[in-house]
Amino acid sequence: MTNEPMAPREGNELVALARRLHGHRGRRYWRSLEELADSPQFHDYLQREFPGQAASLLGDVSRRRFLQLMAASLALAGLNGCRRQPAESIVPYVRQPEPLVPGEPRYYATAMPHDGAAMGLLVESHMARPTKVEGNPQHPASPATGASNSSGQGDSTAATGGGRVSEFGASNTFAQAAVLALYDPDRSQAIRRGRRISTWDAFLTDLQPRLQGRDGRGLRILTETVTSPTLAAQLQALTEKHPRAKWVPFDPVNHSHAREGARLAFGRPLQAIYDFRRADIVLSLDDDFLTSGSGALRHARQFTERRRVAAADVNRPEMNRLYAVETTPTPTGMKADHRLALDPTAVVQLAIAVAARLGMNVPEPSDSSAGALDGVPPSWLDALVDDLQNYRLSGGEGGALVVAGRWQPPIVHALAHAINEQLGSVGVTVRYTQAAEAQPVDQFAALAQLVEEMRDGDVEMLVMLGGNPVFNAPADLKFTEALEKVPCRVHLSSEYDETSNRCHWHLPRAHLFESWSDARAEDGTVSIIQPLIEPLYDGRGDHEAVASLLGEANKTSKEIVEAHWRNQHQGDEFNAWWRRTLHDGVMTESARPAENTELDFGAIREALDSWRSSHDGAGDDASMQIVFRPDPTIWDGRFANNGWLQELPKPLSKLTWDNAALLSPNTAERLGLENEQVVLVRHADAEVELPAWILPGQPDNVVTVHLGYGRTHAGRIATGAGSNVYPLRTSQSPWFAAGVEVRKTPKRRALACTQHHHLMEGRRLVVGGTLEQLRASPSHPEFMEVLHGEPEESFYPPHEYDGYKWGMAIDLSACVGCNGCVVACQAENNIPVVGKEEVARGREMHWIRVDQYFSGERDNPTAEFQPLPCMHCELAPCEPVCPVAATSHSSEGLNEMTYNRCVGTRYCANNCPYKVRRFNYLDYSSDIQQHPSLHLLQNPDVTVRSRGVMEKCTYCVQRISAARIAAEKQDRSIRDGEVVTACQAACPTRAIEFGDLNDPNSRVTRLKGEHNPLDYALLGELNTRPRTTYSAALRNPNPKL
Amino acid sequence: MPQIFHPSMNTLSRVSIFGAGFVLAAAVAVAYAIARSPYVTESGVVREQPVPFSHRHHAGEIGIDCRYCHTNVETSSSAGMPPTKTCMNCHAELWKDSPLLAPVRESFESDTPIAWTRVHDLPDFAYFNHSIHLHKGIGCATCHGRVDDMPLMWREATLQMQWCLDCHRNPRPHLRPRDKLFDMDWTPEDTPEFDAAKQMIDYHVRSNTDCSTCHR
Repeated sequence: MTNEPMAPREGNELVALARRLHGHRGRRYWRSLEELADSPQFHDYLQREFPGQAASLLGDVSRRRFLQLMAASLALAGLNGCRRQPAESIVPYVRQPEPLVPGEPRYYATAMPHDGAAMGLLVESHMARPTKVEGNPQHPASPATGASNSSGQGDSTAATGGGRVSEFGASNTFAQAAVLALYDPDRSQAIRRGRRISTWDAFLTDLQPRLQGRDGRGLRILTETVTSPTLAAQLQALTEKHPRAKWVPFDPVNHSHAREGARLAFGRPLQAIYDFRRADIVLSLDDDFLTSGSGALRHARQFTERRRVAAADVNRPEMNRLYAVETTPTPTGMKADHRLALDPTAVVQLAIAVAARLGMNVPEPSDSSAGALDGVPPSWLDALVDDLQNYRLSGGEGGALVVAGRWQPPIVHALAHAINEQLGSVGVTVRYTQAAEAQPVDQFAALAQLVEEMRDGDVEMLVMLGGNPVFNAPADLKFTEALEKVPCRVHLSSEYDETSNRCHWHLPRAHLFESWSDARAEDGTVSIIQPLIEPLYDGRGDHEAVASLLGEANKTSKEIVEAHWRNQHQGDEFNAWWRRTLHDGVMTESARPAENTELDFGAIREALDSWRSSHDGAGDDASMQIVFRPDPTIWDGRFANNGWLQELPKPLSKLTWDNAALLSPNTAERLGLENEQVVLVRHADAEVELPAWILPGQPDNVVTVHLGYGRTHAGRIATGAGSNVYPLRTSQSPWFAAGVEVRKTPKRRALACTQHHHLMEGRRLVVGGTLEQLRASPSHPEFMEVLHGEPEESFYPPHEYDGYKWGMAIDLSACVGCNGCVVACQAENNIPVVGKEEVARGREMHWIRVDQYFSGERDNPTAEFQPLPCMHCELAPCEPVCPVAATSHSSEGLNEMTYNRCVGTRYCANNCPYKVRRFNYLDYSSDIQQHPSLHLLQNPDVTVRSRGVMEKCTYCVQRISAARIAAEKQDRSIRDGEVVTACQAACPTRAIEFGDLNDPNSRVTRLKGEHNPLDYALLGELNTRPRTTYSAALRNPNPKL
Repeated sequence: MPQIFHPSMNTLSRVSIFGAGFVLAAAVAVAYAIARSPYVTESGVVREQPVPFSHRHHAGEIGIDCRYCHTNVETSSSAGMPPTKTCMNCHAELWKDSPLLAPVRESFESDTPIAWTRVHDLPDFAYFNHSIHLHKGIGCATCHGRVDDMPLMWREATLQMQWCLDCHRNPRPHLRPRDKLFDMDWTPEDTPEFDAAKQMIDYHVRSNTDCSTCHR
């Protein structure tokens, strides 16, 4: 609370309010370490209206000069408005394609391969230009989010075709941002031979003599992880035609450890497919299954459906329970009911201990063994083991599930499989199928072997289909050095990157939305990838590149993919089947069946012994350990030139545009470090400078670094952002390493963190409690008590709504903090990217942000994530202060923002208690004018804003309008679920619900008021009566802990 | 002390005070007149087109339905502009050697679209949907005027916000039966049984002045 002098009566009220708020019985939450410490500096920061920017106003501009400048800008701005509208042309088709209706979007089903499996997409296309990505509700990896069915799998006809689609599947940040990558002005636009621009024909001519009569001697193909059945068949054909050629798959972030773990346990590189719908109790061994990796959207949906109490029967609430151990904080761990931060070795120890306690024949770590169960309280282990064996929800069909993160060594995966088998989980919460990728090998070993051949001079021609190994191959392999020994190097890639720069031939790769292909989902379901637009820059797909090696350079990707499936297809008429497959975006009955497995415990035992002997005594090394992770927003670096992803605040650290060395508060204290102080991280004969960032929940003496930053040849956005940590990473220990030195340097590097932006001064903004508390008092749980006050009177006359009355409900129990909504909103609403400096000034433009609130101990907290769009208050403080009525209340309850009226006084933002209004301080959309390709990106249904205009969440009013017009044309009213906001459509967990509050049966109504005892209004005490309300976060901790 | 100002200054100052008021008022009036004049609104200004297409001839004299060319008008926000193919449906046979139609033939042969000059140009921050206006009973002629009598196209209405709001505030006088939407010379007298008040109810027509109706 402020300590400024104020009128006595008012002061008393505030004091009373503060007392009331502090007297609540829910969990206590904090947003950052500074807030937890409650330091004077932090108070000072809060008191300043424009943190970090007030100083610039006190420059050497005199008052007189200031007024002159203001007058001049006013006059110029006024004159600027007097421009006549320029004449425009209408350019119709010469021959218009029949199904195309100008002005109406069409949706096409396609798929995006990412992280070794496909996500199903529906792409919105306006006059043949893709503008927005949604998930395909029929695809197994993107559960339906929008419409009325709740089974998780859609049965609608949503897919190709005209008309508005309102049923979407979930999608993640990478899928949402794919459309920006398509129009990226920095994409490679020409074939290059060395540095010179060349042609495809010249490439083919150069290729011929290198292939003829050599049986493929010296020919190596380096691909990314391949899930495309067509590409796998082509590569198969290639190795048949050129028997001595070899194909090596490599992605720096891959599933090799998981596959090797399965090989250890079952003798085959199978993949585990989890079913969280039936998992009553989950143990995550360092797995971020909710937000990272190819199955994340489905996992998040299934997991949170088992935690959704409000919508189910409140009187008999049931929830699953998650125990998580983590080597670095992730959203999954933060959502866990019980979380432990452990160093990498301790995770293995814990897995062994759990196996031993469950009666498996593994030696329980003795106390003499160094580092044994460091950091795991005995009661924690007891409770966990007891729950794994005994906790069952009343449904009775569920089971326990142990999941292991891909970063964990194979032995942990094998132990997880063994524990699941022991607990009877196989067939209940986990099944095993063939891996989604065509070649499930240990990619680090495969690449190591390739590099050896290159170094020995055995490789004469290396064709790289995508990938960027010069940047991201493990440092110990010295890939770049070996590459120089290959006489002919060809790189197909979408940007002229670090690898292209060292190749003889660079071929521009067609974007996902420009090419034909196919891809398998995690469960094996095949999707055909169909193009949305002709290649913008003569790019080619992987299929065409391989075809040219097969001497079939005249074939197009479409012919290759179609021919492959024509051969595979049996049964009914091919063309009809093909069209249906394209339309639906999934191939029927292509999911792979569960494999029968037989656990080879002897092999696990052996591996365990060898692990133990190699790790005995290693634990007492006092040096630091390092954890490598793909970056949450730019992954392994491939999305580094994507402004939307760069500016997306990373979950937990809330950093943008940068990576940092994440350290625990204790470690930082020991090393004498502060945030933003540059440290020197030394490992594997390499050293990297990174700014330190102190993160609650990080294990002590562990430094986490994110891959993908520090690109040197990547375009204007990526180049120069962050530090490249690949030099620290070796193929032997790609995810963890010990013996790392972290040294303080006197330098500092400013980081743009959004954690304190729009902070709301210790008020009770996020509310949470436990399942037990809810059970004790289902209709008025004690943690909700102070929030149910009587509505106060208002000075203004009430609004009346005889038609619709839009409202939103957000479930804090369900939100996993994946950020999907933020990028979806950015894509839908033409929100500009502002850059690192502007973010540091607090000027990020996101209309919806995800605030996070830690609770618990400083060193081992959990967190709640709170998506925060405009609240569309019933008594909106912004409305009465606007001098030009640019923000007004609509007849359907929306708090509208009319850009063409706005004169930029910013009174509204000043008066908004939720800090959801964003101001265009600079002409952020000027990039669009400079780059014609970005014109194509803009959503034609939303105005592109220019400088000096306020903007904010509109509840996707363009979607409401479209639905209203569609409904009225059929002389009916809008059905529940027909308006799906962009954030709601993207959300994998259905944490966001939107609809008509005047409809007593709408899903959103049923989440509010008396229907939901967890419902609360943010800052309800201000009597703003927000129409976005929240459901309190509920957890299910073990009462014994 | 002698007077500084001559007595005539009294008159002069009165005149100048009132004159200033008059000049200011006149300036406002002129500015208003300019803002509403065809110079700014471009209403009534004939636009030059690459092909001198006559709506009077095609829609009026021959009587081709509006929807033959503007195919999307009932389904989409955009009425739709005819592709060259639509012109060639007839002009492959009729007037096929006319020099006036050379650009059309050239477009068709070279597969290059014709760039027509836009006559009805709303600002980019205003969103208009043809289909819903038709569905509520607003005919073409209500906004576009007697297109069937325009040799070359001009903008009948100002397309200024005031003009939009006049109808959005009180749509009733502008309604017509749904089967007369494309009828250029319909007047309420032609359909005596037509009851606009009833149509307001039947077609769910209401005054709609929310900002987001047009600005998004």
